[in-house]
Amino acid sequence: MICFEHVTVTYPGATEPVLRDVHFEIPAGEFCLVVGTTGSGKSTLLGTVNGLVPHFTGGELRGRVLVAGHDTRTHPPRELAAIVGVVSQDPLAGCVTDTLEDELAYTMEQLAVTPTVMRKRVEETLDLLGLAELRDRPLSTLSGGQLQRAAIGAALTAHPDALVLDEPTSALDPTGAEEVLAAITRLVHDLGVTVVVAEHRLERVVQYADCVAAVGHDGRVEFGDPGNLMAHAPVAPPVVELGRAAGWTPLPLSIRDARRRAEPLRRRLAAVTPPPLLASPDQDRVALRARGIAVRYGAVIAVRPTDLEVRVGEVVALMGRNGAGKSSLLWALQGSGPRASGKVDVEGDDPHDMAPAIARRRVGLVPQTAGDLLYLDTVDAELTQADAESGAVPGTAHSLLERLLPGIASDAHPRDLSEGQRLALVLAVQLTAGPRVVLLDEPTRGLDYAAKRHLARMLADLADEGHSVVVSTHDVEFVAGATHRVVVIAEGEIVADGDTADVIVASPAFAPQIAKVLAPERWLTVEQLRRVEAFA
Amino acid sequence: MNRVPRLVHPVAWWVWALGLATAASFTTNPLLLGLILGVAAVVVVARRTDAPWARAFRAYLLLGLVVVAIRVAFKIVLGGGDATGEHELVSLPQIPLPGFMVGVTLGGPITAESVLYALYDGMRLATILCCVGAANALANPKRALRSLPAALYEVGVAVTVAMTIAPQLVESGQRVRRARRLRGSTAKGRRAVRSIAMPVMHDALARSFQLAAAMDARGYGRTGNDNRTTRVGSSALMLAGLAGMCLGAYGVLDASTPWVLGTPMLGLAILLTVGGLALGGRRLHRTRYRPDPWLTPEWSTALCGVAAAVALIVTQHTNSAVLDPSVAPPAWPALAFLPVLGIAIALLPAVLTPPPPVIVTTARTSMPASREMVAA
Repeated sequence: MICFEHVTVTYPGATEPVLRDVHFEIPAGEFCLVVGTTGSGKSTLLGTVNGLVPHFTGGELRGRVLVAGHDTRTHPPRELAAIVGVVSQDPLAGCVTDTLEDELAYTMEQLAVTPTVMRKRVEETLDLLGLAELRDRPLSTLSGGQLQRAAIGAALTAHPDALVLDEPTSALDPTGAEEVLAAITRLVHDLGVTVVVAEHRLERVVQYADCVAAVGHDGRVEFGDPGNLMAHAPVAPPVVELGRAAGWTPLPLSIRDARRRAEPLRRRLAAVTPPPLLASPDQDRVALRARGIAVRYGAVIAVRPTDLEVRVGEVVALMGRNGAGKSSLLWALQGSGPRASGKVDVEGDDPHDMAPAIARRRVGLVPQTAGDLLYLDTVDAELTQADAESGAVPGTAHSLLERLLPGIASDAHPRDLSEGQRLALVLAVQLTAGPRVVLLDEPTRGLDYAAKRHLARMLADLADEGHSVVVSTHDVEFVAGATHRVVVIAEGEIVADGDTADVIVASPAFAPQIAKVLAPERWLTVEQLRRVEAFA
Repeated sequence: MNRVPRLVHPVAWWVWALGLATAASFTTNPLLLGLILGVAAVVVVARRTDAPWARAFRAYLLLGLVVVAIRVAFKIVLGGGDATGEHELVSLPQIPLPGFMVGVTLGGPITAESVLYALYDGMRLATILCCVGAANALANPKRALRSLPAALYEVGVAVTVAMTIAPQLVESGQRVRRARRLRGSTAKGRRAVRSIAMPVMHDALARSFQLAAAMDARGYGRTGNDNRTTRVGSSALMLAGLAGMCLGAYGVLDASTPWVLGTPMLGLAILLTVGGLALGGRRLHRTRYRPDPWLTPEWSTALCGVAAAVALIVTQHTNSAVLDPSVAPPAWPALAFLPVLGIAIALLPAVLTPPPPVIVTTARTSMPASREMVAA
């Protein structure tokens, strides 16, 4: 169905190819998962399927790609629109019209499908993806999961043979991700569409995959059965890591398979207390105390009056669905965001009452789109500027970055850094001011497993040095390994607040994979297991 | 008469509104202008949806008032020199201007007649503006763009994309401005511009690339059976048509040119352009999803607008005194049967068209800084 024949892709100006001698075929009707670390060429591989690489991106493609018998060398993306549907990473950025119904019809209009057929297909697609009640809604008012399903629907109305999705669940909360994955698996099972998905959050998708294409660092692609390939793939979800560490063959990919294999392990671990992953915080010293914080935008109440305390050396996770008020709360705590009522106390003062330049010495915030803070041409210039604006000794920011993430080229353009590097740079810029409390809004977005592990280590180091950290995220696996405490917020109210293990093990939506496999024992990560003898 | 709620074809509303505007342009009679304005307002109130653009009519009314005020103010400040009439209201001190500004006077005697004339003229302009405003309030601008001829499809898409991108740019500007505070930046002037503009521009550029890639992948710009002959042919027809229109317009306006260059030339040029558009449209093979139908209500709406224009044009030939009431000496404006009838006919769409459908949009209130900061 999709056939790669000795494909090598080199971008203009690059010395090394992104993809090297890729040679495999995805059979019709399969769910193919593309895995790899950030920057390994996953998106490039997806782009070659409908010819966006190299027709749109430039560069050189050797070998050839055949999609349902069409050679992408002679068929540019627009001519393949009827054969390959594409859903991009940020669905809103790819929307051409303004309402859901028009968006579904757009591709068909371009393909000159007759109006009666169009009408029928739009209705069918609305039903297939459960979007019927949203048909008149402007796209900008849809939630992330709805938008992602709308984008899938827009690609689907043209009745393509193959569907290509780039990170369809990365930005979604667990519920939104479930909706989208349910829709995708339905397409594979009921309609026989060939689906190619690239995804960082393997814990969400790997169990649905029929085949896996693993993109390595050198640009070579290994293709095969998920069970065999995941045994040594460069990235792996926790359940696979557990299987690898415990030496289980065949490797379990789903919670259910792993639970079956884990019976003896559970018995051995029954008597063992899970060791803590992080040094415990100073229980008596409170770094940040918020009383009755509320945020309102016009008639909409984003955060209802909320109390929150963060201790010295504590890492707190802020969880909740998209739009629950996490960002609003963080901005209000920092003092820059709007606040309807309440007081925050950091070392005796409220950052809201201080000038922005002074407030950031008490509380630093890394916003969701961290790149917004960067505007200079090189990493070095940003760091020098950070020293100047924080009144710090020259070189402070530089040594901070060196400690957080060594090896970033100082003459690189900030926009060319990977997500993880950019996050480290912004964190270094914010830490230069010497805040005791650091807030991070959705830092795990777009990070692969290695980058997330590194972020967890950075946060743990900060906590050890006496900083307090609050991090909002959807990523339960990250929360399980990196935080002391979890605060769950819904509809602008705190609905749960307690030790990470207490809060997430009990929750069906938030439980990490290891906890699900080893329930009722309270283990959270593979790292934790590795530290006990009973596991080896 | 179709009573099932539905949207009326945007082109029908535009024809109706332009008909009313044409009618307004033929008269300075404040009574007639008031009637036209009233008709437009009644129809807007009866047939507008609750979409954001539908609230634009109020803004146009305010704009109309400003236009009248400006027109009168200019007459008072600049029009002293050529004052007609004998009812002097006030005499402003006249400021002598250098010789090269012949014909312009600052200050001087102001007469009631000249102010009245300015008032009538301003009212005419304001009424024309409000007619355009009525069309804007009644017709969804995006649906109107969809009704463009196929050859102008690209232009329509460009405008649609621009309308989508603009609010996104504003949003990313606000987001970056807030982010600047997090860095404690209070810089003003050029540095501040740089720290806001750079991230916003990067954002906009990245977004455009994503959009372009998505549109390409979704079949935008497919030519399928592209044919060099039709492409060259349609371009040639369009060029000839546009050149002909320039010549024709000149011929119509300048009486000294041969008659062939006038109306016949203009007619031929229009034919050529339409032909070019049709040929160009055939080249791009594309269909429309749920196009707006053109049925009896659309015909009647458009014809009602045209009727108003025709009534005023006929009146100008038969009874032009009604259209331009005398200002020197000032006389009470009169009414006549024909223009009033024409304008009254333009009121009919308020009842002849089906009512607009009620669209329930539970829009998420979009927060200033980011899409995430929303209490859903």
